[in-house]
Amino acid sequence: MLLGRVQVPQSVRRGEVFEVRVLVQHPMETGFRRDMNGRAIPLNVLDHLSCRYGGREEFSATLGSGVAANPYVAFYVTADASGPIVVEWSDDKGEKGNFTTTVSVVS
Amino acid sequence: MQVGAAAAAGAVLGARAQGLGLAAAQDLTPFIREITGGREPEKRDVEIDMPQLAENGNSIPARIRVTSPMTPEDHVIAIHILAERNPRPQVATFHLGPQSGRAEISTRIRLAGTQNVTVVAVLSGDRFRIGATPVLVTSAACLDETAG
Repeated sequence: MLLGRVQVPQSVRRGEVFEVRVLVQHPMETGFRRDMNGRAIPLNVLDHLSCRYGGREEFSATLGSGVAANPYVAFYVTADASGPIVVEWSDDKGEKGNFTTTVSVVS
Repeated sequence: MQVGAAAAAGAVLGARAQGLGLAAAQDLTPFIREITGGREPEKRDVEIDMPQLAENGNSIPARIRVTSPMTPEDHVIAIHILAERNPRPQVATFHLGPQSGRAEISTRIRLAGTQNVTVVAVLSGDRFRIGATPVLVTSAACLDETAG
């Protein structure tokens, strides 16, 4: 289970564009580094991240080893209706994680 | 003799420094062509907000903004970040849609030395835009074992 956090504003107006900020705990190993014994540390990157809101995929990202450790991604979503925002991520070893938060839409 | 030895040592050092130094900037054309399918991207309306000088290449904030109304007819589909001197130039790709409301993303990237960061945006209707910004990196990201 890969841990992470998602932040959204507590309440938004209908039609308002709000920012979703995602921070995941992951080393993002490039595969170019070596450990203290000189052995290569294998590549291990969080390569996929997606966001579902209102029953459809709103945003997705494909990341590579050029993204900093503990990847941070922020993007925008249009407020439609109150409900959960589910952000899911996975790395190249098949490890997965997700975080669900709720946005309440006031009109 | 002394001078000759010093010059030889200098040459060796120079070669070593080159070996340790930055990888040459790669030609991004094949990467851009892969995204655009050979079409020429327009050089406008892609704003890359990055520090001009970064002390450390391991984590550099980047905010990318593409001017777009983000309507179903006219919106940004994807934003690609490319770094010409990184061992893997394809840094990240972000997929958006009209529901995003704003064609803007931010993240933190690694840079293996001073270079231009290029952003290619894919818009609806098979249109493409490109933008680039130079970033001066005083200490490169720990990407290369020789620079480890």
